[in-house]
Amino acid sequence: MTPSDVVFLVFAAITVGSAAVCVLAHSLIYNAFALLFTFFGVAGLYLLLGADFLAATQLLIYVGGILVLLLFGVMLTHKIYDLDLRSEVTQFGAGLIASSAVFVIVAWTAFRTPWRIGEGRLPAATTADIGREFMGAWLLPFEAASILLLVALIGAAMIVRRKKEA
Amino acid sequence: MIGLQHYLLVSAALFALGLLGVLTRRNAVNVLMGIELILNSANLNLVAFSRYGEGNLSGQLFAVFVIVIAAAEVAVALAIVLTLYRLRRTPNLDAADLLRG
Repeated sequence: MTPSDVVFLVFAAITVGSAAVCVLAHSLIYNAFALLFTFFGVAGLYLLLGADFLAATQLLIYVGGILVLLLFGVMLTHKIYDLDLRSEVTQFGAGLIASSAVFVIVAWTAFRTPWRIGEGRLPAATTADIGREFMGAWLLPFEAASILLLVALIGAAMIVRRKKEA
Repeated sequence: MIGLQHYLLVSAALFALGLLGVLTRRNAVNVLMGIELILNSANLNLVAFSRYGEGNLSGQLFAVFVIVIAAAEVAVALAIVLTLYRLRRTPNLDAADLLRG
């Protein structure tokens, strides 16, 4: 095993293990912090795949933005003196069967399909090339995504705003 | 030797765990966490194919768009969850039955 294989195994174990904690633990705070480690593990896998810009984006947006939003959601939807923050599980058997079946089918497909493996020559640092692609061939989707973000954030603020007492 | 299949396997495990969370949790915030796991698994697939496939950056560009959509999605979803909590005093999804006739 080469050192990069070992690093892959470590990151894969962190990712899958903390995702399991995130799904299976009963306390919402444990779920949120396990999700943090899952995001870190995925960022490490991105680094191994040569996607340095995406790894930084993953840390900035998922850990810095989405996870903090989810923690706000946890805090705002529970009473603050409600210390154990339990969350209930329903239909665990059926859900386990369904998701295990999905896992088996997807993993079987991944190993049985003869993927076309190319040379896989990526630039050593991807940031400049990604920026050039966004400002060139992908300009329209880029602008559409920024408008989508603006609309979604304004919409979210509108939904949670308290109505004025008329 | 670690290859494309191993990344796909990790991604499949993430997807299955996310699906389990979405299917079995009653708390809306937990369901959102499951959706984030599913989106991360899709992103991992895109980046792995970008690395082992033709060797261009399209997969990584798609992954950036997925991250943007995920940010917008979680903002709107949390707004809906907070509104539901104000209405029903519970974050559980089965309280969201206001449209039932």
